[in-house]
Amino acid sequence: MLKIRKREEPWKWGALVIFLGALLFSLGVSALLLAGQGKDPIEGMIILWQGSFGNLWALEGALLKAIPLFLCSLGVAVAFRMQIWNIGAEGQFALGAIGATWMALSFPDLPGVILMPLMFAMAFILGGLWALIPAVLRLKLRVNEIISTLMLNYIAILLLDYLVFGVWKDPASFGFPMTPEFSAAAIIDGIGSSRVHWGLLFCVIVGIGLWAFMSFTRLGFELKASGEGARVAKYAKIRYGMLVMFVMCLSGGFAGWAGCVETSATLNRLQPSLMVGYGYTAIVVAWLARLEPLNIAFASFLLAALRVGVENLQLELQIPAAFGTIMEGIILLTVLAGQLFILYTLEFKKSRQG
Amino acid sequence: MKKLLKLCVVVAAMAMTLSLFACGEAPQEKKAEPAPAPKAEAPAEEAKTLKAGFVYVSPVGDAGYSYAHDLGRKAVDGLDYVTTAYVESVPEGADSERVIRNMARKGFDVIFTTSFGYMDPTIKVGKEFPDVNFMHCSGFKKSENVSNYFGRIYQSRYLTGLVAGSMTKSNKLGYVAAFPIPEVIRGINAFTIGAREMNPDVEVRVVWTKTWYDPALEKDAAKSLLDAGCDVIAQHQDSPAPQEAAQEAGAYSVGYNSDMSSFAPKAHLTSAIWNWGPAYVKTMEQVKNGTWNGNQSNWWSMADGVVDIAPMGPMVPEDVKAKVNAHKANLAAGQDTIFAGPIKNQKGEVVVAEGTTVPDGDLLGMTWFVEGVVGTTE
Repeated sequence: MLKIRKREEPWKWGALVIFLGALLFSLGVSALLLAGQGKDPIEGMIILWQGSFGNLWALEGALLKAIPLFLCSLGVAVAFRMQIWNIGAEGQFALGAIGATWMALSFPDLPGVILMPLMFAMAFILGGLWALIPAVLRLKLRVNEIISTLMLNYIAILLLDYLVFGVWKDPASFGFPMTPEFSAAAIIDGIGSSRVHWGLLFCVIVGIGLWAFMSFTRLGFELKASGEGARVAKYAKIRYGMLVMFVMCLSGGFAGWAGCVETSATLNRLQPSLMVGYGYTAIVVAWLARLEPLNIAFASFLLAALRVGVENLQLELQIPAAFGTIMEGIILLTVLAGQLFILYTLEFKKSRQG
Repeated sequence: MKKLLKLCVVVAAMAMTLSLFACGEAPQEKKAEPAPAPKAEAPAEEAKTLKAGFVYVSPVGDAGYSYAHDLGRKAVDGLDYVTTAYVESVPEGADSERVIRNMARKGFDVIFTTSFGYMDPTIKVGKEFPDVNFMHCSGFKKSENVSNYFGRIYQSRYLTGLVAGSMTKSNKLGYVAAFPIPEVIRGINAFTIGAREMNPDVEVRVVWTKTWYDPALEKDAAKSLLDAGCDVIAQHQDSPAPQEAAQEAGAYSVGYNSDMSSFAPKAHLTSAIWNWGPAYVKTMEQVKNGTWNGNQSNWWSMADGVVDIAPMGPMVPEDVKAKVNAHKANLAAGQDTIFAGPIKNQKGEVVVAEGTTVPDGDLLGMTWFVEGVVGTTE
């Protein structure tokens, strides 16, 4: 007989073991799927590995893709820890990109040392303000923030469309929706001769900053405490409403930064193809990482690497693109389902009575 | 319990070692890569193999824009000196740059990047790989080793407009449009000009979905047009959903990209279709013969065999078919008078005077609707 029993205390190394186990399990299932397509599963896994980590440019590609994911996910996780369900990173990302573009187009002649901080500041402000709307709606009118943040995503994307199809459209683009290219001062450069840009360093700083803030400041502690619920916070005399607004601003600001980095470093202009769903993937990453900043760094890199690797798999074996989505789904499902074993354990019992 | 933990650790360790092996193998693979290169440098060798790569914005599936490009790829794949590969569902922007670069690194000789948003990435990667030939579809930038290409699908739109204009009873045609960019606007205008040539009372109602592929949304957009009294639905997206909506409402439909008759056999009048095969084959021949050039803008027409319409359905009367085929023969012979004046804009002002024709440059940047279109270009 197999029985599920609650552990006396949580399994200490459980998270890591479960994560690796779930990853292995998902890769196994994926290999089976490959075999089902008539492809050699071992070869497939090798190609996947090469595409993700096998060489320098694969690593570069994964790192580049991980940068916006990390920033969005960090923002989402901050709100989630306080049990504020911010599903709006996608829209806040768009607003950040809009803010950065606004500065870049308005002051193209400023030197980088002034223009860059302006872009980051405006990206944070617009992203944060966009996230503040659902926070205020929740506090004043008790509007569920899951709905309002989600809805604001669509509005944000339409706003972005309006700008690039309208007032910001490059006159030299034959009517195609895109802003003019940013001036050199508004473009984040690559580090040395590599393709990875300075946004990576920015991520490290933001990640460490957030960790320090959550661990060492009173406000950080209050945030964590309020995560237990509004009533707990009230008993502890924490200004819950202020905290909700603060945490949403922070959350939206981080996503806004992601939008700023992505427009400036990779597209060098604002255009609708900027929106590829990082804000939604960030939610997946945040949960995979159990909302811990360091884990988020790993999880966003792993997910980015998987996506990059699957492209290689597609190119070499000519399998459908949907395969990558399926793999991602299996990994998320198994990792989350595996969390059960942190608090519970299986045990074998010989039961003769029954 | 500890045993289970140990087991997990062992399994994980094994996986790690395995993957390290895989990693170790990577450089060998890379070394093997350049092998075909010296071959390519020896023109005397006849069994020269060209690698052609294709980047698609959506899944290939069984209909639509990328499907049409993939039919072109298959035509190229049939050549005995070409091998092909593709990557589908590649988002425009940063992701496409990586995919294109990856192809260039892997020694592809010709890379077809088939969506507008791949323009900047194609130019960027083109600079890094001067020996690789790039063909970008639907953009306007070009460089030493990047040429762009597109087809005059508006010619097909015009022909489908002729059909739709003859078949409508309510004099209202619905057009489920993707994005207000020149390519789509041009198509709507050509469709309208065609429809009003058959029936001057026709109006074309436009709904923007701002999507290239979103079956549910596009179906809803088609339904809203049907509810507004439109009895023929045309579309500019990859999904056949608007076709299905038309059939469910007992109306007619005009498809796009590839022959969409199988999705709505009762509704489907015809489709404006892409036929990339001849152009892609020609491109590969040029590359093989060394006559391919960068810096070219190709805007292929019906005379080049790149754009066409699907066979008209059984509900289309013979006399209409004959008329459409006569116009088609003219276009195939290179006589294109679709955007010849007089043409009025939505306000009824003559913007293209009689005796003049809209030049290609203006067609490529078209941002205004002709008279008869109901909707805005925003």
